Amino acid sequence: MIIDKVPDLPYGDAVEFVSFISFRLDVKSGVPTYLQLVHQVEHALRLGYLQLGDQLPRVKDVVGSLSINPNTVIKAYADLERKGIAVGRPGRGTFIVAEPHTIGLAQLNALRQSLLRGWLAEARVAGLDENDIVALFASTLQEFIAGAGSATDSGKVKRAEEIA
Amino acid sequence: MNAFDASDLGKRYGKRWALQGCSLSVPAGHVVAIVGPNGAGKTTLLHCLIGLVEASTGGAFVLDGLSAGSPDALDRVAFVAQDAPLYKYLSVAQMIEVTRNLNRNFDTTLARRRLDDLGIRLDQGVGKLSGGQQAQLALALALARHPELLVLDEPLARLDPLARYEFMGVLMAATAEEGLSVVFSSHVVSELERVADYLIVINSGRVQIASEIDELMNRHAFLTGPVEDLDRLSGTVDIVQTYRADRQARVLVRTRGATSIGENWESSSVSLEELVLAYLRDPHSSALRSSNDVVSHVRGVRS
Repeated sequence: MIIDKVPDLPYGDAVEFVSFISFRLDVKSGVPTYLQLVHQVEHALRLGYLQLGDQLPRVKDVVGSLSINPNTVIKAYADLERKGIAVGRPGRGTFIVAEPHTIGLAQLNALRQSLLRGWLAEARVAGLDENDIVALFASTLQEFIAGAGSATDSGKVKRAEEIA
Repeated sequence: MNAFDASDLGKRYGKRWALQGCSLSVPAGHVVAIVGPNGAGKTTLLHCLIGLVEASTGGAFVLDGLSAGSPDALDRVAFVAQDAPLYKYLSVAQMIEVTRNLNRNFDTTLARRRLDDLGIRLDQGVGKLSGGQQAQLALALALARHPELLVLDEPLARLDPLARYEFMGVLMAATAEEGLSVVFSSHVVSELERVADYLIVINSGRVQIASEIDELMNRHAFLTGPVEDLDRLSGTVDIVQTYRADRQARVLVRTRGATSIGENWESSSVSLEELVLAYLRDPHSSALRSSNDVVSHVRGVRS
């Protein structure tokens, strides 16, 4: 497991490595550590902190500063590679090669309005309070993701037999 | 390649078995945490792995079958004992010199560079260093031997939270850089999840769990449902622990592929800490592969 070792330069001092972003972890979020790193890279890309061609922080620097297992960072970078966002170059590091799929502001606003005027308004009329709405939305979303769109009208959380 | 193996390893002190029937096979490249209550046999297992104690039964092997404690093994394995024993009256520079003279391969430049990075001066007295700095010095000395397997006994026990964080940061960075396997013992379960990716749980001298943590989490779940359904449930899944109230029961289960549990049971994921504590409370249960198909121990359920 030898990763992104800085090559020994034949002359002079080693080139100082510049890290464009710094990761942080939310231990209580319940989101797996590697996913938190993936999300932070995607977020940094959207906000312009990371751009095409930029190098991601080196594995050893990330694990040194966050005090986490190297395999977690490797898993996160592999996930970014799988998504086509980054590519690993042996001996050099991992580099940004594409931006995450995202939609325009106008489209985002349209979706937001349809949620507000449609579903949320209906839920309010039906008498659901904020907690009911969050719970129903979260469980339906989970079903939606698990079944890739086959969301049913049942608002129950994932059934035991599905995961056993 | 395997970082270390044990086959039917046992160690007896007088009449008491400190370790018994321990069979393990841990692939290289992991950061392995050995967890268990005080006196469970963690240190004995580590001492067997480095050849500091001789096994009463079976054997311990490191780095693909090297006999623990053999000269070949000693050159490639480094050990940091509990409380990082150092010569308190030497200076840091003298401590480095002593360690260099006691080892066949020792990278003095690397040791100095690591200590310099940490702001530990060579002319400082070892005894004058803080607890965290002493631990870092012991780690730097061990890493300067370029080990392929690094064994640490309770490295975090005496450190404050910040020192623990920094110590693990240095250790994890070294793991990424050098590609070594790490095994360390701890009786603190929290904080393990972010550093370790392989877990061994020892209780009363026996191994209860030895598994990659991701796999372990995937194979366990909490189920919540009506108390009267418990009997039926116990036939379909391995129950590790049962928490029952008047109407509702919650069970920690080992899942065994696709089995239908029934409409009334809801499942939720389990945290590593909950899982370890549940096993420790019940020394008879085991998550080892060999016992996978055996409903080993069902508590609080009529049969």
